[in-house]
Amino acid sequence: MYSRIQDLANAVVRRQLDRRNFLRRAGQLGIGASAATYFLNRAQSTALAQDFDWQKHKGTTVKLLLNKHPYADAMIANLDTFKSMTGMEVTYDVFPEDVYFDKVTAELSSGGGNYDAFMTGAYQTWQYGPAGWLVDMNEFINDAALTNPNYNWEDILPNLRASTAWSGVPGAELGGEGAKQWAIPWGFELNSIAYNKRVFDAQGLTPPNNMAELLEVAAKISKDVDGMYGVGVRGSRSWATIHPGFLSGYSNFNERDFTMEDGKLMAAMATPGSKSFHADWVKMIQDSGPRDWATYTWYQVGTDLGAGASGMIYDADILGYFMNGEGNAEAGNLAYHAFAPNPEASAPTPNVWIWSLGMSNFSTQKEAAWLFMQWASGTDHALFGARDMDFVNPVRQSVWDDQAFQDRIAKSYPGYLEQYKASAPGSKIYFTPQPLFFNLTTEWASMLQQMVGNEVPVDEGLDQLAESVNRQLRQAGI
Amino acid sequence: MATEALGRPVMDGSRRPFMRRALPYLLSLPALLVCIGILIPFGTAVYYSLQRYNLAFPMTRGFIWFENYTLLFTDPGFWNTVRVSLLYTLYTVGFELVLGLAIAMLLQRRSFFNNTMSILLLLPLMIAPAIAALMWKLMTNPGFGILSYFASLLGFPDFKWASASSSALFTVVLIDIWVYTPFMMVLLLAGLRALPRQPFEAAELDGVPQSFVFFRITLPMLTPYIITASLFRMLESIQQFDIIYAMTQGGPGNSLMVFQVAAYLERYQYTNVGRSAAILMVLWAITFLLSNIFIKQWLRLRERARGVA
Repeated sequence: MYSRIQDLANAVVRRQLDRRNFLRRAGQLGIGASAATYFLNRAQSTALAQDFDWQKHKGTTVKLLLNKHPYADAMIANLDTFKSMTGMEVTYDVFPEDVYFDKVTAELSSGGGNYDAFMTGAYQTWQYGPAGWLVDMNEFINDAALTNPNYNWEDILPNLRASTAWSGVPGAELGGEGAKQWAIPWGFELNSIAYNKRVFDAQGLTPPNNMAELLEVAAKISKDVDGMYGVGVRGSRSWATIHPGFLSGYSNFNERDFTMEDGKLMAAMATPGSKSFHADWVKMIQDSGPRDWATYTWYQVGTDLGAGASGMIYDADILGYFMNGEGNAEAGNLAYHAFAPNPEASAPTPNVWIWSLGMSNFSTQKEAAWLFMQWASGTDHALFGARDMDFVNPVRQSVWDDQAFQDRIAKSYPGYLEQYKASAPGSKIYFTPQPLFFNLTTEWASMLQQMVGNEVPVDEGLDQLAESVNRQLRQAGI
Repeated sequence: MATEALGRPVMDGSRRPFMRRALPYLLSLPALLVCIGILIPFGTAVYYSLQRYNLAFPMTRGFIWFENYTLLFTDPGFWNTVRVSLLYTLYTVGFELVLGLAIAMLLQRRSFFNNTMSILLLLPLMIAPAIAALMWKLMTNPGFGILSYFASLLGFPDFKWASASSSALFTVVLIDIWVYTPFMMVLLLAGLRALPRQPFEAAELDGVPQSFVFFRITLPMLTPYIITASLFRMLESIQQFDIIYAMTQGGPGNSLMVFQVAAYLERYQYTNVGRSAAILMVLWAITFLLSNIFIKQWLRLRERARGVA
């Protein structure tokens, strides 16, 4: 039986048998899905190892700093595959997101080499990169001696590769000339609408197709559905309030955070278009948002949708994905909708959040760390995560093209793929890269809170914000 | 060599054994080490506060002397931080003192019930303030929070607690009072129970009204304890971080942007070490000033008490 399952697994690696049939035939041999997956991973590891010296750093221990996230869970679940393939050990510390980035900043700024690689967002690299804490991954990706020939860097979606590369020049295009690859994209999220189909059907509602409809539908839910508010969006005093739905919608109206004037960045939040968008957003929250919106992080936005406390969210698509899973009151009732708030826009423009893997410049075993990063961001692990775990959204085109993954999503998350296909072409990071990102974007969120709280009129608030932002940019010499 | 009456030789200073001469220094060495342990980080903070030192701009690092302070003092946001921090300190210390004293007086007589209550009332103090803040976050949730339910029964169905600038300070002060009133209570209770009984017995024999006893005997005798307890609470309150950060991260807007939260954000999120250090140095100066006022007051009272004795 052992040789039979081994042969079947090898047939999958040679692409002579698809995964579904492999699992079916393993079942006929009396082998369960998890055991079959183990054999398959082992066969894939062996195949990979034949093309490249994965054992070069055998006996080395790589140390990771991880955020508590389904992406990290998927990696940990598959870690034995990496260990058996390389003979390396991997240790890791996992921190909740509330404190994760502060931990990373403290660790890197201390110059300590406690961790070789870590999870990061693209925005964070705008601080970490210029500070000299990150390795430019181009050094490794472009080195044929260090990179597995099957790694297929080009398979990672181009806008994600570009979004994690920057030259360090404030305002310069991401992925443009002189850009350094500060991190390797690992998993990402778009921003779209996820809604409670059960409630929408009962109320005779259809998902909104522009900002006016969003305000109208959200207000109707708040008014007509007992115990439910219309739309969930983030509101805490943090940069994270600005980057999901808010900036996606803002960008859809062709509004920018900054413009470049005479080689200097200038705040662009006080334009008439920006003021109009802010006024709509503020009204939406006041009329149909959660009552304690000012404390809302992604966690509350997601759980409210899953618990049936909100009718829809305009936030990360993967939040709607996770909340449709088991253990949520509204599991199976959620649906997805690509959203372009500007009636004149041809397509959605989701600002993306990219969970990425970065390498510490203080690591003393960079080549070993790169072996791990190649594996973790490689096709095989991405396929494992997408098919068997919740490693969604994958960053590789080949995974999106994988039939088993598509079937799984289509079956359990109807409409998700369609939402993705409609949203993906216009998705990228719409923020202007600059090292004061966190100061200025947090201040933006703070001003939004004051507007929603009626402490300051929208016009006046945005004028104040632009003035303050410009002052800080000048003080920093940007 | 001098000779003692009994004939035992007495050594002058230069001839005393080394260990005997070194003993005073050796005895004070631990205190000196502690002092150095405190002074090194303090000196480093002073040093950083005089620099342009943002980790995201390593090439621009250099001395700018007092520019960080100048920028702080010309920033309206900083004066908001001073205002919010002082208000928070005033409200928390004030209410905790009044409540702590009232509870301590109720529990003053030793009995099984009072002893049990004084232990039970200490429970909030054993909860980490950040955890307490998260508990309160749940209790003030508008959807299912029990405090929101009570607020609606009292005619405030849409009370926003920490989510609105108008009520955010009230909410975090309430949490602080819940956590730290037992601290004030336990110190004052110890003070009350340590007071001499004779003045109270004499007042009772003379039929002196209770209000007179409280204002003219209890309070004056308890004042050193009140000052000590208030000093401890003042030092904690003006450096408040965990409750506010866990509840609102300094928001909504800048309504709860106290010193420690501002300094933390500057250091760990904005990587501006120089500005963060400058904020902390201003906090140190204010704390030092307030502590001096308290300690001088305490010393004055002690001198007066000695004079009376």
